[in-house]
Amino acid sequence: MTAIVDYGAGNLFSLVSSLSFIGEEAIVTGDPDKLRAADRIILPGVGAFGEAAELLRTRGLTPVLKQIAAEGKPFLGICLGMQLLFDESEEFGRHEGLGLIPGRVVPIESLPGWNKTLKIPHIGWNPLTLTRPSTLFREVSDGDCVYFVHSFCATDCAAAVTATAEYSVTVTAAVEKGNVFGCQFHPEKSGNVGLRILRAFCALLNTGTDPMFKGGDGRC
Amino acid sequence: MITKRIIPCLDVRNGRVVKGVNFKGVADVASPVELAEYYSAAGADELVFYDITASAEGRKLFTDVLRETASRVFIPLTVGGGINTVEDFDRVLKCGADKVSVNSGAIRDPSLIGAAATKYGSQCVVLSADVARVHGEYRVFAKGGREDTGMEAISWIRRAVDNGAGEVVVNSIDTDGVKGGFDLDLLAHVTYYVKVPVIASGGAGSISDFITLFRTLPGVDAGLAASVFHFGEIAIRELKQAMAAAGVPARL
Repeated sequence: MTAIVDYGAGNLFSLVSSLSFIGEEAIVTGDPDKLRAADRIILPGVGAFGEAAELLRTRGLTPVLKQIAAEGKPFLGICLGMQLLFDESEEFGRHEGLGLIPGRVVPIESLPGWNKTLKIPHIGWNPLTLTRPSTLFREVSDGDCVYFVHSFCATDCAAAVTATAEYSVTVTAAVEKGNVFGCQFHPEKSGNVGLRILRAFCALLNTGTDPMFKGGDGRC
Repeated sequence: MITKRIIPCLDVRNGRVVKGVNFKGVADVASPVELAEYYSAAGADELVFYDITASAEGRKLFTDVLRETASRVFIPLTVGGGINTVEDFDRVLKCGADKVSVNSGAIRDPSLIGAAATKYGSQCVVLSADVARVHGEYRVFAKGGREDTGMEAISWIRRAVDNGAGEVVVNSIDTDGVKGGFDLDLLAHVTYYVKVPVIASGGAGSISDFITLFRTLPGVDAGLAASVFHFGEIAIRELKQAMAAAGVPARL
């Protein structure tokens, strides 16, 4: 069973539907006990980083999520949910994230080499470049397209990057550090490719308790 | 590189697809859910559902259809038609829409776009503008293209974007239904001034019309059409392969 973290940010209809479509039982909850009891955690999010980080804090979820991630439970951040995995963001001021993956979040147009004629937000289907093997992408091929909607982008996180997308600059599309995963794009809106990514995530078991999982699945 | 999007548009009345749809291999061609699944499998990048229902009963059928579609089709869904208030945004977003397009509702109440963008984010708010040439200028039309508002179109679109519209659908009344190609002149004006994604609508008659559109105007992000897709005159898979072969980035 996968728990989708409910902290009042964003529309969860499609995410819940996509999980149920692939046969995964999903609950939407902000209850720490239910989050702890779930097999996997998805942190969704649409909107502004500072506001979302503040919502997690005021609901007491920041320490809960940090602890759950540290215990080895598979943890996936999607879009803003991925950005929240990092140390900090520069979206409308400086805001602290969950610090689960080293790196920070900056405006796309602040990246060196940005082509000013391109549009922000980065909206639409962009091919992925798979930069190293990842459990999430075991059924995804280099060049498969996924759907992005974002204006900010993770940087200084090279050690964790598993996929990128070219948008004049190289956009961090996916990250992975142990049991913690992040997708800048929306797998729940990325057709069959996205469903394959969600299926791969939902097949993951707790790395802390499952000896079968350790080192398996082509992870590096 | 980001790909150019191909978007079929379905008119829905009382929960059924209006306009004839002429396909092989679709069990119930009047079911928006079946059609959405068909188009998604064929490679459509996004879908627009346009609700042309007048009654409250019909609205309920529409949201039922929307909910069922969003439970089975996992590409972006835009909903338009009858969006007059922030509550209308709420109603369709809760049922699985990703974006909401406003047309006459924004003309009647220009504060609607800003209010919706503040509440749901600009990425949710699409301005749909019906535009025609009148006495040598581009004018915005309301009520499904029947009523000349007297407003100059480019400035109306710019204002809507400034207020928070995250995307613009430009539907040319002059080229709509003619199947002689998109309105490149109008679209060139819009893309020059507008820095959010622009979706071209009205005039698609052949695969080469889409290729001409994307090659001539790099600022156009997507092409939208209805009948050429519904009647099978253009097969989406074939269109996207032709785009890729012509050097237009496409999701295959």
